[in-house]
Amino acid sequence: MVNPKPKKILLSGNEAIAEGAIQAGCQFYAGYPITPQNELTAYMAKHMPENNRIFIQSESETAAINMVYGASAAGARAMTSSSSPGISLKQEGISYLAGAELPAVIVNIMRAGPGLGNIWPSQADYFQATRGGGHGDYRCIVLAPSSVQEAYGQMFKAFELADKYRNPVMILGDGLLGQMMEPVEIVKAEGLDAKYDKPWAVTGCKGRERNITKSFHMNEGDLEKANLILQKKYAGIQKKEQDWEEFLIKDAKIVIVAYGSMARIAKGLVRKLRQGGMRIGLIRPVTLWPFPVKAFANRKPKVSNRKFLVVEMSYGQMVEDVRLSLEGSSKVEFLGRSGGGVLTQAQILRKIKALL
Amino acid sequence: MSDVIYSRPKSLNNISTHYCPGCGHGIAHRLIAEVVDELNIRESVIGVTPIGCAVIAYDYWNFDCSEAAHGRALAVATAIKRVRPQNIVFTYQGDGDLAAIGTNETIHAANRGENLTCIFINNAVYGMTGGQMAPTTLLGQKTATTITGRDQKLHGYPLKISEMLALLPGVKYIERVAMDSPQGILKAKKAIRLAFENQINNAGFSLVELLSPCPTYWGVSPKEALRWIKEEMTKVFPPGRIK
Repeated sequence: MVNPKPKKILLSGNEAIAEGAIQAGCQFYAGYPITPQNELTAYMAKHMPENNRIFIQSESETAAINMVYGASAAGARAMTSSSSPGISLKQEGISYLAGAELPAVIVNIMRAGPGLGNIWPSQADYFQATRGGGHGDYRCIVLAPSSVQEAYGQMFKAFELADKYRNPVMILGDGLLGQMMEPVEIVKAEGLDAKYDKPWAVTGCKGRERNITKSFHMNEGDLEKANLILQKKYAGIQKKEQDWEEFLIKDAKIVIVAYGSMARIAKGLVRKLRQGGMRIGLIRPVTLWPFPVKAFANRKPKVSNRKFLVVEMSYGQMVEDVRLSLEGSSKVEFLGRSGGGVLTQAQILRKIKALL
Repeated sequence: MSDVIYSRPKSLNNISTHYCPGCGHGIAHRLIAEVVDELNIRESVIGVTPIGCAVIAYDYWNFDCSEAAHGRALAVATAIKRVRPQNIVFTYQGDGDLAAIGTNETIHAANRGENLTCIFINNAVYGMTGGQMAPTTLLGQKTATTITGRDQKLHGYPLKISEMLALLPGVKYIERVAMDSPQGILKAKKAIRLAFENQINNAGFSLVELLSPCPTYWGVSPKEALRWIKEEMTKVFPPGRIK
């Protein structure tokens, strides 16, 4: 049931993610304080109980992700949020969620690392997010919003994908997106959590055989079988769920590739340069895993010698996926800053001029 | 006419366990199964199983269970109970799980007064990994990682986590029982039953610590293991109601 007259309210990215989660039917949230995502936890502390949902401030990041594991095992739509160092602590739990095939949503509002780093924006957790992050052969579905409205909307998609595939889904934002305030169109939605039956959940074995949620497979060959089931699921996700945005790439000599906040900055630059007649475009991966290979592979552009310029708030992580997708068919350049610095349009333009 | 006075609980599956001869886990599993049957909660109970020798306890119980990562059982159980307050949720944890890697989760679940039942198996050693020092290993006790015996200067003292937890206002009930004799096992069942009844009555956090034999990693016979509980372990971990 969607409200015919959606209203707009001013929210930070962190608050929009929290509100989106509540509207998407999140029933359980556990989190631990860490900057720059604290507004998200505070919003949940106020609004989850108001909506008869469960909020727990956990004793640690580790406890939070394991609470999400328990809530999900019991059949609830469950999420946690944190920022980079806290997400590192959650990796064990994410691996267990993937292994037990439990749906969950994990929000990472990235800050700069390594180590304690600082609290400014960064995109340096791309490898951790898209390669699994914890131990074992598994993948999280990773969505990267580039505006506050999109962050809000992606929460619906995140819970939907988590339930559909029984897999952890990560929202990968950064401190810039988390702190930025924008008007958000609010969608009132009901009954979304009822779309997927959860006959596997531990709810008490009344009227059925007992259920067990686990990732332990000790008998010879069992784990390999379980892993192959996961791999098959991941192959299906790679086939069906790739998502990206293309902006003015048809005749572009240089295609900028960027995600999240960096894509927002790059898009503004593309608009400006187009006004000046420069043939520049943008590809923005929306799903980081599965990486939108289809946006790059076998496209046979009409423009000869097209170059790709990957810009990231890291020293080169997503650029590897762009290179893998293009398989050497085009030249791929890279520009990055990491440690809290955000690339400016002037810095990107300097690089573009050097490439032309 | 004859009456059946002893049979397999419905909550216990009819399969052999993987436990060593003389191990206490099988007894503790059965006591829990008997209590679950007697309280008629088999269809609403949810067990949270640990990492350690009892990692596949869910294979032996005939009710819903969720595995938890090492030490995280009480975080997992907290969420299950909050999501499904109508169910009866318990954790089953060893000394390494509950009092070393999971100390944080243990203390905070107890301090929140979560309405949970926690069955804590203290056998003073890590079993599954090959007999290393546990937080509850006695001073002088030889293990794979305290080759000449636990030395307080190097390894600290046996951790009395039950006494620590008893200080927390959120905790309703804590009892330690030595499973060193038939009488001890009957007492253990009584304590387990009370810990489940407390949850049914929404009384708050209950924990039963069971001093449990591990002949294999104590390097003794099953009979000698029971004597060691009675004469050595109970000196450091005295049985009785702690709260």
